[in-house]
Amino acid sequence: MKIHEYQAKAILAKYGVPVPRGEVAFTPEEVHDIAKRLGGPISVVKAQIHAGGRGKAGGVKLARSGSEAETIARELLGKTLVTYQTGPGGQKVSRLFVEEGPAIERELYLGLVLDRSSKRIVLMVSNEGGVEIEKVAEQTPEKIHKVFVNPAVGLQPFEAQRLADALGLAGDSVKKGVKMMLALYHTFIATDASILEINPLVVTKSGDLLALDAKMNFDDNALFRHADIRELRDISEEDPLEVEASKFSLNYIRLDGTIGCMVNGAGLAMATMDIIKLSGGEPANFLDVGGGASAEQIKNAFRILMMDKNVKAVLINIFGGILRCDVLAAGVIAAVKDLGVTVPIVIRMKGTNVEEGKQMLAASGLNFATADTMGEAADKVVALAGGR
Amino acid sequence: MAVLLHAHTRLIVQGITGREGTFHAKAAQAYHTNVVGGVTPGKGGTTHEGWPVFNTVADAVKDTGATASVIFVPPPFAADAIMEAADAGVALVVCITEGIPVVDMLKALTFLKDHPATRLIGPNCPGIISPGKGKAGIIPSNICKEGRIGIVSKSGTLTYEAIDQLTHLGLGQSTCIGIGGDPLIGTSHIDALELFQRDPDTDAVIMIGEIGGSAEEEAAAWIRQHFKKPMVAFIAGQTAPQGRRMGHAGAIISGGKGTAAEKMAALTAAGVRVVKSPADMGQALLEALRRGVAGR
Repeated sequence: MKIHEYQAKAILAKYGVPVPRGEVAFTPEEVHDIAKRLGGPISVVKAQIHAGGRGKAGGVKLARSGSEAETIARELLGKTLVTYQTGPGGQKVSRLFVEEGPAIERELYLGLVLDRSSKRIVLMVSNEGGVEIEKVAEQTPEKIHKVFVNPAVGLQPFEAQRLADALGLAGDSVKKGVKMMLALYHTFIATDASILEINPLVVTKSGDLLALDAKMNFDDNALFRHADIRELRDISEEDPLEVEASKFSLNYIRLDGTIGCMVNGAGLAMATMDIIKLSGGEPANFLDVGGGASAEQIKNAFRILMMDKNVKAVLINIFGGILRCDVLAAGVIAAVKDLGVTVPIVIRMKGTNVEEGKQMLAASGLNFATADTMGEAADKVVALAGGR
Repeated sequence: MAVLLHAHTRLIVQGITGREGTFHAKAAQAYHTNVVGGVTPGKGGTTHEGWPVFNTVADAVKDTGATASVIFVPPPFAADAIMEAADAGVALVVCITEGIPVVDMLKALTFLKDHPATRLIGPNCPGIISPGKGKAGIIPSNICKEGRIGIVSKSGTLTYEAIDQLTHLGLGQSTCIGIGGDPLIGTSHIDALELFQRDPDTDAVIMIGEIGGSAEEEAAAWIRQHFKKPMVAFIAGQTAPQGRRMGHAGAIISGGKGTAAEKMAALTAAGVRVVKSPADMGQALLEALRRGVAGR
């Protein structure tokens, strides 16, 4: 799950990570008042969307007065920001974060993420702050310094010290840097974060360290034990169909093709998308209905698939093994009748009672085609969706 | 002989009194597997479907001599169940549970380092089956055929697809291992391939990978050096978009890394026959068998 920058900073502050003073606003008037209240020579007005690259896209602006902040707010609120992370559709701005603008000496990078190979959390820092870290990693990997944290003991002060040295911190800043890194690691583990990125982490003219930006994502599997974090979800940042699917524990991701897919199992669902593409079609979505593929799940899945008006045909690929295909067929027929689905549907199912299932589909008088293999199913559905 | 499961395997089910646990305990028992009991905290001393139920894995091991465990415990308690099984000295632990937090698995895998005699399969996996010999997990036995092909896969239903294709071509399986789709798992592709390499009853292997992480690239480097049997690979997620989690917690392309294209290229360079279409896994394996290792 993703959250906004201002929410991440509130969490960080709670765990003792220094962040600039600031408040969230929803109207230009609020922005004006906050900028005045902050009082410094410069305040920063930042668009709050669930994507990076906001600065380059014009979503982060400096204001020298309350009225200038208000003018900027009028321009940003309601605007659609397109960044390298939003995709071409962009993301509409409906919240702004107004923050004091510190006097910056240097911009650094800090990130915490799971390293799958070493099976440890890796803490990464770099002097190349404020830029896309993916590019630094690609072009000059030697500029990224890492500690692979032993999960049994957590980040140790000497490890943080080593990274502080690599960042060229000196004097009081070393101690501040070590303290900040220990606090960030603690935050990551305590909140079950999946990504915690501070880019930039700034050293101010007075030698303080501040998290000037903050990106936090959380492990969906651990949200059950974080009621406070669950409340931070902003569904206006998510695709409405994906939000609807998540209510029914359906794993749905919208894509831009014309062939709706309904599959049990994540790997088979990806493979079904792959084979549709190989057959010359374009998948409209990824959809994993789960292992059981119950009648209720099938119906919910159909309802969500049909909300996507680009879908011209549907491929159902269910490999049940022990699943009864006659029961599955009954579920599909009921869902199609109830929802008035009119697009052609190709069904490939594996399990027990396959022949009975096929006969039920054929006798239903509905727009079904069946297939025995994935290849046959993909070819049929691509043809029904209008071919290549 | 198959890998992992043996004639002397004595299996317990952690979470045996639950719906899934009960169903799959019965299915394993019906498929040549010696299921000796189960564990459900608070229900120790009772019997369930004829099996003795214990409060702890340690009690179960003491009483039944269990050597293997399959875990059907809800996600908040599953990592603890894994550690409990290892602590009780269970040699093979298969965790079916999907949705275990990463932080919990970090702890469990660290704990397992002190128990090198325990092998963990999964979590978030369908488990293992050795056709005609036994099973620990949820892979349907009716699609399997006894034989000499090994399968190792991150994906459950895609494993079934591969088994089905092989069976239809008359090719049986020695052992099928679902290693799971999570970012942190106990047994890697390489671990499974090492087992197949040593197994005299496995002639060739199908490996199924997914986008995300670098396990397939690491496997490719290992295969080039060490693996001597014919092999076919398929990578799911060739059409997956960047930055989106494709169902499995581990299946995500991030920062341009973990793409199917990179994995396919690495495996091809290691001499593995990589198929683009999931429908071609069985046929490609048949052809790889005919060509033999020299063809790799």
